[in-house]
Order: sequence, then structure tokens, then C-alpha cells
Amino acid sequence: VSTDVTAPSPPGHSTGAVGRRVERADGRVKLTGQAEFTGDIRPPRMLYGAVLRSPVAHARVLTVDASPAEKLDGVVSVLTAGDLADLDPFYGHALRDRPIVAIDRVRFAGEPVAVVAAETQAAADLAVTRIEVEYDALPVAASLEAALAPGAPLVHEEPARPGSAHGLGRLPERDGNICYHYGFERGDLERAFDDAAVVVTGEYSFPAVYQYSMETHTTIADYRGDEIVLWSSCQHPFLVRQEIAALFGRPLDQVQVIVPFLGGGFGSKSYTKMEPIAVAISRKAGRPVRIRNGVHESMVTTRRHNMRCRMRTAAAADGTLLGRAVDLWLDTGAYADNGPRVTATAGDAAPGPYRWRAVRVSADCVYTNTGPAGSYRAFGATHLQWIGESQVDEVARRLSLDRLDIRRRNLLRPGEEVRPGGKPLDADLVGDVEKAAAAICWDQPLADGRGRGVSVGLLAAGAHPVSTATVRMGADGGVTVLVGTTEAGQGARTVMAQIAAEVLGAPVDRVLVRGTDTRYTPYDRSTGASRSTTVAGLAVQRAAQAVLDALIETASTMLEAPPRLLRLEEGAIRSGSRLATHQELVRARFGFDGGELVGHGRVQPEGGTGSYAEGPVFWEVCVAGAEVEVDKQTGVVRVLRTASVADVGKAINPQLVARQDEGATLQGIGNALFEEMRYTPDGFLMNDTLLDYRIPSFEDMPASMTCTIVENGDGPGPFGAKGCGEGVLAAIPAAIVNALADAGVPMNVLPLTPERVWRRIQELDQGTEQERT
Amino acid sequence: VTERISALVNGRPFEGRVAAHELLIDFLRDELALTSVKQSCEVEACGTCTVLVDGAPVSSCCFLACDIDGRHVETIEGLAGTPFHQSAVEAFLRHAAVQCGFCSAGMILTAKVLADRGVDPSPDQVSQAMSGNLCRCTGYRSILDAITTVLRESREGAGGSREGAPA
Repeated sequence: VSTDVTAPSPPGHSTGAVGRRVERADGRVKLTGQAEFTGDIRPPRMLYGAVLRSPVAHARVLTVDASPAEKLDGVVSVLTAGDLADLDPFYGHALRDRPIVAIDRVRFAGEPVAVVAAETQAAADLAVTRIEVEYDALPVAASLEAALAPGAPLVHEEPARPGSAHGLGRLPERDGNICYHYGFERGDLERAFDDAAVVVTGEYSFPAVYQYSMETHTTIADYRGDEIVLWSSCQHPFLVRQEIAALFGRPLDQVQVIVPFLGGGFGSKSYTKMEPIAVAISRKAGRPVRIRNGVHESMVTTRRHNMRCRMRTAAAADGTLLGRAVDLWLDTGAYADNGPRVTATAGDAAPGPYRWRAVRVSADCVYTNTGPAGSYRAFGATHLQWIGESQVDEVARRLSLDRLDIRRRNLLRPGEEVRPGGKPLDADLVGDVEKAAAAICWDQPLADGRGRGVSVGLLAAGAHPVSTATVRMGADGGVTVLVGTTEAGQGARTVMAQIAAEVLGAPVDRVLVRGTDTRYTPYDRSTGASRSTTVAGLAVQRAAQAVLDALIETASTMLEAPPRLLRLEEGAIRSGSRLATHQELVRARFGFDGGELVGHGRVQPEGGTGSYAEGPVFWEVCVAGAEVEVDKQTGVVRVLRTASVADVGKAINPQLVARQDEGATLQGIGNALFEEMRYTPDGFLMNDTLLDYRIPSFEDMPASMTCTIVENGDGPGPFGAKGCGEGVLAAIPAAIVNALADAGVPMNVLPLTPERVWRRIQELDQGTEQERT
Repeated sequence: VTERISALVNGRPFEGRVAAHELLIDFLRDELALTSVKQSCEVEACGTCTVLVDGAPVSSCCFLACDIDGRHVETIEGLAGTPFHQSAVEAFLRHAAVQCGFCSAGMILTAKVLADRGVDPSPDQVSQAMSGNLCRCTGYRSILDAITTVLRESREGAGGSREGAPA
């Protein structure tokens, strides 16, 4: 394949590296057990950490006596709040509300109170049990209801301080336990409801869910005189660096964050988690310290927000959607973490992707005495889509309209406004939902006890569009990409290699992408919000283009031809019958058997500040269909068939796109059918092991699972790409809920456990009998 | 309290003392640097820390190191380079059945047991047999496809050698 290197690339054109399956860059090293994760690293002199966690959900801490622990063999240091007196020890990227370890007060069961560093893990684990703490119990607000009740105990009494990376403009004052509010009202809502032929009203409940990445949070910190070095399983190393630098009073370049492979993330390793506590104990011990959470510890480190929601949808007799009013409350636990952002995203997802005459949304982020909630794949959208879409289906049912037709009539079209001042719709939602319906055989007859559903939604994606990347071509023509994207399993290293290879005409297997080391890797805001291919990928594309420009300049001289007559070939540039390999070009440029071409790429907000209001970078499409079967004797729901639609603009690697959708589908099945963190009224997490908290297994896979990739070239990323991999997690539970309603069992509580579904069936049966009598 | 053990680990003899309460996963990772053995659930529910003991799958997070006395332990490091492992690597790569990679070694070791036991390479049989190995990334379909491929190849390989062997 050859291409005119100076001509603008026609859409869909490829020199061969993008748009196809390539072997995963990290596949062999992972399949032979050689891939290095944070827990596999042991720097010299490393100590093992163990965290003492609060046994109560809300209490004053009267005394902490570490001396019995300090006397034990092998114990080097014990850190308590008293060791933080010289610091401003509060962190949190949204609200700076969280101390490194509890100071005077614990706010959830599981909150770190002290940390031990010892020569062995066993010594550290034993020492933790010897620390003596005296608690004075306070009233507990362990649920949304308790935290919002009049006279509820306040989880935080101090005024909130904004964090450094919330990106939400001016934060409102805390109101009782409500730490953040997001809301908007557009159009005349009262009139819209007055004009309605049908109004659907409901109250809904969504559970707390654990992300369950297979690798728990793991961090090694080495606090030295002149620098702080961290190895951490984190998704956002540059934001971790920023928070650690601020906490410990260091310039950014004295904090080095190294990110090995992540054993999954899904949002659970976004922002700052165990890093502050690890740095603090290393500072005291004077040696590197590793902290590796157990699952029960990671489950109180982060989770998905549980939510209560009231929604009303109004429609005209012809099925035109008129108005929607939504009130929702998200339980962010004892510390805000990413709660404010989750709340704003949930608020934006609440109307659904429809053309409304009027809409009102009120979203509150609420502190409770439970473990902090943060990001989990497709946050906000997963919370709201099943609710909004079940109301659209209910409107259709009451008006005897086809459920696809009502969507065709009301869905936003490309270019239409999604929210005032934000990015207009950049996707063909009608086409997408029709594809999902077709893939689950929408028009075929259904057996008794079965139902089908589709769902469509949008997720504000891309986060803050700031990424930089460097591409280096060495004297042998080999290419190294330095980009801050974290490889968490999604295939980022493979995709970045494909993007650079495509631009340069280099063989994909000559492009090396390694993990982030903030000392050498240029800045990238974060790995999340489906932004890596789109935003960081664009920085890589631009960096590679800078290298290509240098190659072309040299080739033009060397081959004595103007650039427009040059053609890109694999690993070389050609003019007529003359060929110069990348190796020859780099060496020719330096007149030496060495040298290196270095290109830099930058992405930043164009014509704005990149604020949330102006965004998003793109709208991630959340479309899926499902067919389910319900056993009315037992309430057991089985998902027989799913169809996802990956509307990705351009699939850099279609196989990896499909894998993202399949993974999100199974997480969606778990979220919809059985995953739920359960707390006692006094705030104890009851199911904090994998024995009690089940995630999907091989046997939960639907018999049929399809993924349709849509490539309309309408993304802002490289080659027209836009991100994927999250939207399906929002779309699948919604499709399942709609399919179950189609089978005769409408539900307003997730997860759809057999008991809940069975009870609902009994209620419906009794209702029918009462109607008859 | 320590116990003297004598065992084979990936074909190599190990002679020495281990703490009586030491878990096999810690022994393999910390003493022998076999870091392919990953820790996740710690309650024998996820399959991530699977190793083979005398050819049977064992969750090394809930198995005492001293109980390998007189037995043979295999991890993915020991399987590397064998025809089964090569076949598994190629199948997993072809189907992109590895994402974060944390569960991969356990998946391949469990699949090895299915191959050794001659489990029928049908999707239902394999799903049932693999249901103790969890993966949060892939959605399982690609792993199922890879393992059924490997089991089929393994059968054909075994069948081929039987046919070729003298009666």
C-alpha cells in the first residue's frame, strides 16, 4: 500500500496499520506470566504495609496508642494522625475533604486510622491488631434516607474546600449532607405536563456496586530526601502526581509516578486512592513501603454510587415526548471522591437523547457514613438510562405505539443540541438503535415468558481534552511512543502503536509503547471517560506526524524529489524507483550512524477553556438490545441474547472494540441482575468478599452476544475515531429492564434478583385479580 | 513452626523449610519469584491464583505451602514453551482473549486440566468447567473461543500421536 504523503488523507484511507486486527502489543508477555504488575515489584529495602481500619461507621477518635504495635518484632514504623501535624493532610480532587488517615473522627467503617510498616507482611498484619484505639460512637447516617432526614447527623461539619481537578466551575456550598448539587431547567415544564396525553411517573432505586478489577489497589511509595517515587496501579498518574505534590509540599518534578500494567481499572483506580497513605508511611519509615489492599479493603476504597430517583415523563397522544422532570440523589459515601462529577454526568444523562419541549433535572450528591463512591465505567449514564428508557417504553405501551417508532420520532438527530452551549450531537442514534433491534430479531415472534428491549442514551465523554505525546524514531527505524495512557487491559498500547504506525508507514511491530513514568512520559490528563483513543491518540497522531515531516524533508533531499512525488511505503519512502528506508533516512539526517527523530504532539481545548459546560469532547453512544426469559415460578431472569452497537467513528482495531463491548455487556448483566453491595443500618458492608458479592462468570454469558461496529467517521479523534467501551454498560441494564417489562414484569429496583422479580410477579398477579373482582 | 518439604516446582526440585502456616501463593511469589501467580479474591472463588498440584487445579491462596511436600507444582512459567502452552498463546492472541492479563495464567492452567482430562470442547462443557475462573475484562466469549480451539487442537494432537504409535 502506498500513499501520497502530502495529499490530505481521504476518509477511511489507510496505509495498513489502522482499521484492522493486529496482535496485542502486550499479549505474549501477559500469556507467559512475565507482565509486571505493581505487586510484582520489590524495590530494595521495601517494607510491607498494613492498614488499621475503623470498625465503626461514625465515631470520635479519642485516643490512638501505637506503642504495643511498635514493640513487635519486625515492625519499623506505625503512622497515626499525630504524624501529619506538619502537613495540610487533606486531599480529594473534587472536594479536599479527606485526611490521609482519620483525624479525630472516623466517618465510615473501613476508614484508615493508622498504618504499619514492617519487614514482613505477617508482622505488619499482626501489628495492626495491636494498635489500641478508643472510639466514642456518633449517630450514623448510612443510607440516603438517613442522611437526608431532618436533623440527620452531619458526616462533615467543616466547610468544603474545592479540590484541584474537579472541573465543575464554582462549587456550591454544602447543604446539610448534600456536598454538591447539579441541576437545570429548560422550557415551560408545567405547560408541557398540562399538554400531555400520557404522564409516566416512577420512583427508582439503583444499588451500590463494586468495580471489581481483578487486581486490588496496590501502591509502593518511596519517600526520599530529594524526591517521592511511586509505583502504583493508577489510571491517572499525572493527577496522582499533582495531589501528592500538593499534599507533601513538593514541586511536580520531584514526584515520580511509575505505572506498571494494571489488572483492570474500570474507574476504580481513577484519581488518588491509596497513594497518600503509602507516601505518608514511607516518609515516616524512611524506606519504600508497599500497600496491597485485600478485596474487602478495595471495596471500602471505592465503589459505584447507589441512587434514588424520581422521574416523570410527559408525552402527547401521537407519541411526541413533551417533558421530563427528574430528581435524583447519589450516595457518595463519607468522602466526595469523584461524586460531584458523577452527579453532573448523571444529571446530563437524565433527559435521555430526546428532543424535549421542557425538562427539569435536580441531582444531589450526598455524604453518608459508608465507603466512598467514585468512578465506575459509564457512571451517571448507567444510573439513569434504565430509568429514562423504561419510561419511554411505558409511554409507548400506554399509547399502543411501537417502541422503535417512538424513538425514531423523538431521538435527537446529528447536529441537534444536546444541552445548551455544549457540543451538538455527533452520532446517528436512530440508525444505531435500529441496528441493535435488528440484531436481536426485533420482529420475530416471542415464546411465552420472554421479552425484548432496546435502549439508547448518551454519555458525556472525553473529560478535559489535554494530552501530549512524544514519538521517537531511532537510527534503526524503530519507533517508541511515549504517551501517558494507562494500559488497564483495554488495549491502549496496541491502539497507540497502530496510530503511530499508520502515520509513519512503520510496521506495527516496530512501534513500542511502554507504561507511564511521569518523569519521562509527557503529560496526559487521565485514562478514563473513553478518552484515550480520541484525545491521547490524537496527540500521538500529531507527534508521529512531526516525525514524518522530518522524514519527508530528508527524503526529499536524499531522493532528489519534491515532497508531492514521494510515496509512503512500509518502513520506507519511495520516489519512483528509488527507495529510502526509515533507517537510512534517520542516519542521513544526522550524517552519522546514530541520531533520533523526535516529534511532539499536543491536544488542548480549541477556542474555549475545555470546561465541562462547553464539552463534551464527544458524545459516547450507549445503545444495546436484549432478549430475556423470566421463570415466573422462581423469578429467575436469564439473558438469552444481547446486541451492542459501537458507534466509534472509525475503529482503529475492530477486534478490540468488540472486546470492549463484550466486557461491558457482562458487567452490565452483573449490574442488572445480581451485583449489589449491602450495608447494615449502622453502616457495615455485609458482602465484602467474592463469596458474598458475585460477579459474572462464564455461565452468565448470553447464548448470543453480538457487537455491531458503526463507522461514520464523525469522531474528533485520529482518523475520525471516537471512544467506546463504556456506553454499553449503561445500555445493557436498560435493555434488560425493558425486555423484562416486555415479558410482563416492569421493575423499578435494580438488581433484578429472583426474589425481587418473584415478589413483583406476585404483586402484579394480585393486582390483576383485584381488577377482576 | 516450620516444616521441611521436598517438592518439584516446575520440574525443579525444592528442598527446604517453610512456615507451617505459609500459603502456597506467598511461597511461590515471594520465595521462588514465580510472580505469574496472581492474588485477587483470597477466598478460593476467582481462579486467578490457580496452579497445578500433581496436575490438579488448586487455588494457591487457600492451600498451605507445606502440603506440596512430595508433589509437583506447576505454574505458567513451567508450562511456557510446551506445545499446549504455545497452542494456548496463539489461540488467546488470535481471539484477543487477553486484556488486563491478571486472570490469564489461571485460565490457561485450568484449560490445561480440561485438555488432560479430555473434556469435550463444546461451549457448554467448557463454560461449566471454567466457571471457577473469573475475568472482569473480556466478557468471556473470546476466552471460551480460545479454549475450545486449544482443546480441539489438543485432541487432534493426541489423536494424531495415538494413530502414529505402534499398536
